[in-house]
Amino acid sequence: MANKHKFHWVAHLCLLSASVTFVAPFLWMVSTSLKSEARIFPKAGGPPQWIPTADRLDTQGRRIVKVLEGPFAGKQGVELSAHEGERHEILVEGKTIALWPEEFEVEQRLGFQWKNYVAALQKMDFINNLRNTLFICVFCVVGTVISSGLVAYSFARIPWKGRNVVFLCVLATMMIPYQVTLIPLFAVYRSLGWVGTFKPLIIPSFFGVPFYIFLLRQFFMGIPEDMSAAARIDGCSEFGIFLRIIAPLAKPAFATTGLFTFLFEWGDFLNPLIYLQDDRQYTLAIALQQFQSHHESAWGPLMAMSTLITLPIIVLFFLTQRTFIQGITMTGLKG
Amino acid sequence: MTRMERRNLVNGLLFASPYILGFLLFMLYPLAMSFYYSFCQYNVIAKPIWIGWDNYHELFRDSDFTTALYNTLYFTVFSVPLSLAFSIGLALLLNQKVNGMSIYRTIFFLPTIVPVVASAVLWLWVLTPDGGLLNGLLLQFFGIRGPGWIADPAWSKPSLILMNLWTVGTAVVIFLAGLAEVPKELYEVADIDGAGPWGKFRNVTLPLITPTILFNLVMGLIAAFQYFTQVYVMTNGTGSPAKSTLLYALYLYKTSFNYLKMGYASAMAWLLFLVIFAATVLVMVSSKRWVHYHGE
Repeated sequence: MANKHKFHWVAHLCLLSASVTFVAPFLWMVSTSLKSEARIFPKAGGPPQWIPTADRLDTQGRRIVKVLEGPFAGKQGVELSAHEGERHEILVEGKTIALWPEEFEVEQRLGFQWKNYVAALQKMDFINNLRNTLFICVFCVVGTVISSGLVAYSFARIPWKGRNVVFLCVLATMMIPYQVTLIPLFAVYRSLGWVGTFKPLIIPSFFGVPFYIFLLRQFFMGIPEDMSAAARIDGCSEFGIFLRIIAPLAKPAFATTGLFTFLFEWGDFLNPLIYLQDDRQYTLAIALQQFQSHHESAWGPLMAMSTLITLPIIVLFFLTQRTFIQGITMTGLKG
Repeated sequence: MTRMERRNLVNGLLFASPYILGFLLFMLYPLAMSFYYSFCQYNVIAKPIWIGWDNYHELFRDSDFTTALYNTLYFTVFSVPLSLAFSIGLALLLNQKVNGMSIYRTIFFLPTIVPVVASAVLWLWVLTPDGGLLNGLLLQFFGIRGPGWIADPAWSKPSLILMNLWTVGTAVVIFLAGLAEVPKELYEVADIDGAGPWGKFRNVTLPLITPTILFNLVMGLIAAFQYFTQVYVMTNGTGSPAKSTLLYALYLYKTSFNYLKMGYASAMAWLLFLVIFAATVLVMVSSKRWVHYHGE
């Protein structure tokens, strides 16, 4: 028993340190997003600064400093002048002394810089990109849920000739890497004049997505057959059975499908990269990448944007955690 | 055919029609065309010109292609087993029924839902040699001056592998579900036999989660061969430094959409399919030797 307790303790310690490692990049992201330019790159060799700070100022806007060397060491003063390459004039206890920057330190207070977020909202055209992203997400969710649901119903509940062959196609096409169909699809959309519109991103989802067809089929197959049989005797049409009996019972599976589709489209990069050409059409993911490629080390605004893109997803996750975990488990164990 | 059978056929086809139509339009036709293009010189704008096996011959003379293939194999060979071992480790720890298990699970899962572009930008910053978090912490706690990570050709691929460990959450959740299926009685039997924690893991847990390992292994392989967005974002689409992060999917993208060599890129795509298919078949065949299914 003592051994078991010890093991628990070790497990806890391992989990705790792993968790800290997993969370650290998130904290670093938020921390950087709230720092001023000067704080993002502190003195070379200094430890990473987790808490954003700003210089403490007196009522007249002068920096409050602590003297480190000389007769006034340990005393507080205010900085009167600061010129590059010269001694700074410091007022300590009524006397003005001149010190090199390494002979005093500026006192710090907690200080959040919100201007990175302002920059993110303006330079990235956040609201417009958000609207584009949501537009694509909503249509893809609707399209995927409806079409995949109908197709899955056919495979799970209607015994028709040739069903197994077609279902095999669904499974086989899941194995084919997207790179293989990428170029001909681009050629087709180009000849249709769809490049530079949302159509190539949205329309395919109305034709059933193999992964979700599979997921929903597995779920439908678990619903007792006699419920549909009873409805069939009552003269209910196949579509009526799907709508009134199967769909309400399969709500969790539909929720998983919708949620995963939303998440995928929210973060999708390759398709918008290929098909969207005007920056007025950019999704959030593309806008972030574009901004990054033009402002390589503007880490403050970049982290603010990353936070803005990630936050809604994390909120969504906490609201729907059960659906999420169930969905992942369903794909892993039955898949 | 009875009336019932005919009714089912009509209904079945009707319900499946979105997929059947989509399959023909977005899968079968592109597949055929892609195969055809791979034997052509094609730039989307002009009509394709038949050149036979030239694209495939050229692939093996193209040093960038060999580099991309090497980089991808390097990444896959190290990243997939390492991520697998790491996720099993975390799942085993979580399975100890420790307090706050669901909080830990949430923490491990969160990175997997972060939009890939955002996490790539974030890691670019974490891995920045001067001022970045990782090197800052290495210096603070260990007094080590860290390498250039993604900016150093010798460290760029290890950087990607390290970064990939951050997103093992999905595999952890799947392993947890697999672990929950292991019958408790078997552990009791092992206890009676006097097995220690390692013996229980080696002889009970590990054999029983092999189906889950197989699933995560295949998924990991397929994803690793197609790894794209992270390197595109982190190197601005170049595969720098010194082509050390020029992965297969990135080179394929550049070939098609930067150089407009669509025929050549199609040949690359089919070769990629072949490589993934061969790797999957190899794993599946070998799995007969190491995967144990319940009740066997």
